[in-house]
Amino acid sequence: MGVRQDYEAVIGLEVHAELQTESKMFCACPVVDSTVAAPNIAVCPVCAGMPGVLPVVNRRAVELALRVALALECEIAPLSVFARKNYFYPDLPKGYQISQYEQPLARNGGLTIFVSTGEKRVRIRRVHLEEDTGKLTHVEKNGQSYSLVDLNRAGVPLLEIVTEPDLHTPEEVRAYAMALRSLLRYVGANSGDMQKGVMRIEPNVSVRPAGSAELGTRTEIKNLNSFRALERSVDYEIRRQSELLRQGQRVVQQTLGWDEARGVTVAQRSKEEAHDYRYFPEPDLPPLVLDPAWVEQIRRDLPELPAARYRRFQQQHGLSAYNAEVLVAERPVADYFEAALAARPELPPKQLANWITGELFGWMNTYNQSIDEIKVAPAALAELVGMVVSGEINQNTAKSVLAEMLESGKSAAQVVKEKGLRQVSDQAQIEAWVEQVLADNPTQVESYLSGKETVAQWLFGQVMRLGRGQANPQVVQQALQRKLLAIKQSHTR
Amino acid sequence: MSELTDLTLSECISGLQGGDFSSLELVRAYLQRIERLDNSLHAYLCVLAEQALAQAKDADRRLSSWRKEQEAPPPLMGVPLAVKDVLCVEGAPTTCGSRILENFTPPFTATAVERLQKAGAIVLGKTNTDEFAMGSSTENSAYGLTRNPWDPQRVPGGSSGGSAAAVAARLAPAALGTDTGGSVRQPASFCGVTGLKPTYGSVSRYGLVAFGSSLDVVGVLAHDARDAALVFQHMAGRDPLDATSVERNLTPSDLTRAPFPEREGELRGLRIGVPREYFIPGLQAEVEQAVRAALALFESLGAELVEVNLPHTEYALPVYYLVAPAEASANLARFDGIRYGPRLPADELWQVYRRTRGQKFGPEVKRRIMLGTYALSAGYYDAYYGQAQKVRTLIRQDFERAFQQVDVIAAPVTPNTAFVIGEHSDDPLSMYLEDIFTIPANLAGIPGLAFPVGFDQQGLPVGMQLMGPHFREDLLLGAAGVYQQATDWHRRTPPDGRSG
Repeated sequence: MGVRQDYEAVIGLEVHAELQTESKMFCACPVVDSTVAAPNIAVCPVCAGMPGVLPVVNRRAVELALRVALALECEIAPLSVFARKNYFYPDLPKGYQISQYEQPLARNGGLTIFVSTGEKRVRIRRVHLEEDTGKLTHVEKNGQSYSLVDLNRAGVPLLEIVTEPDLHTPEEVRAYAMALRSLLRYVGANSGDMQKGVMRIEPNVSVRPAGSAELGTRTEIKNLNSFRALERSVDYEIRRQSELLRQGQRVVQQTLGWDEARGVTVAQRSKEEAHDYRYFPEPDLPPLVLDPAWVEQIRRDLPELPAARYRRFQQQHGLSAYNAEVLVAERPVADYFEAALAARPELPPKQLANWITGELFGWMNTYNQSIDEIKVAPAALAELVGMVVSGEINQNTAKSVLAEMLESGKSAAQVVKEKGLRQVSDQAQIEAWVEQVLADNPTQVESYLSGKETVAQWLFGQVMRLGRGQANPQVVQQALQRKLLAIKQSHTR
Repeated sequence: MSELTDLTLSECISGLQGGDFSSLELVRAYLQRIERLDNSLHAYLCVLAEQALAQAKDADRRLSSWRKEQEAPPPLMGVPLAVKDVLCVEGAPTTCGSRILENFTPPFTATAVERLQKAGAIVLGKTNTDEFAMGSSTENSAYGLTRNPWDPQRVPGGSSGGSAAAVAARLAPAALGTDTGGSVRQPASFCGVTGLKPTYGSVSRYGLVAFGSSLDVVGVLAHDARDAALVFQHMAGRDPLDATSVERNLTPSDLTRAPFPEREGELRGLRIGVPREYFIPGLQAEVEQAVRAALALFESLGAELVEVNLPHTEYALPVYYLVAPAEASANLARFDGIRYGPRLPADELWQVYRRTRGQKFGPEVKRRIMLGTYALSAGYYDAYYGQAQKVRTLIRQDFERAFQQVDVIAAPVTPNTAFVIGEHSDDPLSMYLEDIFTIPANLAGIPGLAFPVGFDQQGLPVGMQLMGPHFREDLLLGAAGVYQQATDWHRRTPPDGRSG
C-alpha cells in the first residue's frame, strides 16, 4: 500500500441484488435459479414482451425492497415513480427496462462497516426497484456463430443499491460488500450468492492526488463474481490509474471487465456507442404510493441487524471482534449461538463461540452443510460444551464426541455413555496407570533421569494412551510429575 | 321482415332471446354480407367464419336450454361483434395493420374482448386499422385501405376505420375500436355511426397493442348510444392485469337511462357547454350548420346551452404529437424481430434491428418513432416531453373548470366530413389536423361520444361529439339517447347497405 501514498482512491459501489420473491416483478411467472433451470421455462407473455401485455407491480418485491431500504436507514419516498430505460438488446424483451429514475423508492441511507482502522459509515445515495434482463449464450458451432436467448431471468425483481463515493481502499470495498451481503441475507431479501449472479457488484473507481478535493475520472468494473475478485480488481484498478497519473497520462472513462485468470481489468467492447436511455415515466404503472402504516410495520418487523448484533456480541457476551464478526455474518449462525447460550446461560460465551467457529464450521465446510442442516441442535452443543467445562470429558474426547453427534444426531451424554468416554479423574486409578507406564519403560525413565526432560512429555502420552484418552490430563500431569520427582530424588540420594 | 343485418345490437339480443331467430342465422347473415360486400369495402383484415359459426351453434344450444329453464342467459349470448385488429384474440391473427406482425397469432385474448366473450359475444373477425392505430384514414394499413360505405372514393376515417365501416355497412352490429387521439370518434363521424371513447382506465388495456399508453382506450362503434352502452358496460371495470384500470361496477340502467329519467324524452336541466375554441375558421360550413342544428334541438329538448372556454385547446395538437409518439417510440421497441414476427437476417445484431424495423414498419410509424425518440432525447426532454406534460395538465384543468359550469361539452368531431382517398397522403401535418377536436379528450382522459347529426350536400354523414367529466359516460350516452329518440340520422344506411 505504501507505494500509493501519493494517490488516494475514491470508490463508489453499485450493487444489483435480485429479490427473493416467489414470482417476478411484473408478472406471475415463478422465479427460478436461472443457472440451473432449463431455458425459457419460466416465461409468460408479459415477461416475454408480447404485444399488448402490461406490467403489474409485485407487492412482495416492494416489501422486500422496503426491508432492505429501512435496514440501510434510508428515507423512504412516500411516492416513487417507475420509468422506462430504453435500449435495444436481445436479452431485453420490451426494448426498455422498467426501472426507477428521478423518483426512486429510497434515498440517503447508510451502512456501517468494520475495518482495521475502525468503524465507518458508508452513505447510501439511493435504493430503487427494477427488473432483471434475460441472458444470452453465445454459441460457435460448425463455423456458425449465434446467440441463444433465455428469458427465465427477464423480469426478476432487482434492487439497485448505490453508495456515495465514500470508500477508499480495497479492504473497505470488500468490507462494504460483505456487510451488505450479510444485511441482505438478514432481512431475507437475497441469498447473497455471487456465483449465481443474484448479487452483482460494480465498483466505480477513480484516483486523485492525496489531499485533493476534486474527483478524478472514474472507471466502472463489471463481471465480478466473488469478493476476492472484487477486492483484487479494485486493487488492480487503483494501481493502474495511479501509475497512469504518475506517468502524466489520463484515465479514460470506461466500463472495464475483470479478467480473473490474468488478474487485470480489460476494456469491454461496448454494446453500442454512448447510451441515451431516454428515461421517461412508465405510463403503464401509476406512481408507487406507500401506506405509511405498512412501512412502519415493516420497520418494526426488521430483525436485529448485523452491525448492532456485532457490537452486542462483543459487549454483552465479551466475544472477540473476530468471533463476533464470524458469528454475526450469517444470521442462522448468530441465532444458533444465541440459542445454545440460552440453553446453558452459565457457559462461558467465548468457549461456546470457539466450538462453533472451530469444530462446527470445520464440519460444515467439509460436508458443505449449513448450520440449519447439521444434526446437532444448539442445546445439544451447549450440553457438550457444558461437559467439557465441568471436566466430565476432556477437550479431545469432546471433539470426537461432537464428530459422533454430527454423524448420528445422538446427544453428547448418549455418546459418552455408549462409548464409555467419561473422563477419569480418580486419583488412585490414574496413579496406578502412571506407575505401570514407569515400570514398563525403564529405558525412557533412565534417559529422563539423565537430563532429557522432554521424555516426560512422551511418558504423559503413554499414560493418556493407557487411559484410552479418558484420563483427566491435568490429574495425569500432576501425578506423573509427582512420581518422576520422587524417583529423581531417590536416585540422587 | 327486414334483413337480420339491419337490426341494432339491442334488437339482435331480444330477437335471440325471444327465439325469433338463431345465433347461427344471425352469424350466417353477417358472414354472407361480408362475403358479398367486403371485397370492395375491405373493413375486415380477417374473418373468423369457422370459429364464429361453431360458437353460434353452441350459443343456440345454450340459449334454448336457458329458454326451457326460463333462466336469463348471459346478456350478449350469441351476438356477433367485430374487433379492431390491435386487440389480441387468442388463436386469431393480430397484425395491427403492420407487416412487422404479419402472421402473428397471440397466445392470449385482450381482457375487453374476453369479457364480451364471457357475456356471450362472438368475434366475427378482425377489422382494418391504420398501422398500430397511427392515422386518421385507415390508409396507413399495410394490408390495403378501407373504403367509406357512404362513398367508396372516400376514407372511412381512422384509425378504427375498419370497425366504423363494418358497422355502417351492416357487416357487424357493433365493433370494438380504440381511441388514442380520436380513432373511434373520427371514423364514427365519417361513417355515420355512434362511437364511444370511454374514460381513460375504464376498460382494461391488457391485450391492446399499445400505441400511446397514457392515452389509449378501448371504445365501441355501434348503431346508437344504447348499443354503445351495452357493449361498454360489459367490458368496463378494473382488471388485475392492468394497473391503470379502475373499478366501474356499471349496471345496464346506469348507462342507457336518460340523464333525468323522471322526465322521459327530455333533457331539462342538462347544461351543455359550447366551447368557442371548437368553432373556428376552417370548420366546414355544413359541419358547423349540422352541429348548430343539433344544439338547437338539444335546447328544444330542454337542455341549456352555455358558452364555455377551453383556452389551451390550441396546444392540444402539439402536446399530443409529443406525448403519443414518445410513448409509441418505447412501446414499439419490442418489435425487433427477435422473439416473434418476421426477422430479416444480417451479420451484425444492429443490422438485424435496422433491416427488420426499417423494412417492416410503414412510413407513418417510422415517422412517429423518430418524433418520439427525438422528444425523449437527452438535452431535448425538458423542452419537448417535459413541457408537453405540463401543458397537458393545463388542458385537463381547462376541462375541470368548464365542468364546474356545465354537465357536458358539445363540439364538432372533425373539421370536415370524410375526405377523398389520398387527399392528405403527401402532407402528414394536414392529416394530423383531422384530430384537432378529438385529441383534447384523450389528453384529459375524459369520455367522448360521437354520433351522427346530419349529412352534408354530398350525402356524407356529419358527426357531433359530447364530452363529459371523468366516469360520466352515462351523461353522454343518456343525452345522445334522448337526441336519437328525436332524430333518425343514426338509422340512415349507406346507399349500398340496402342492396342486399
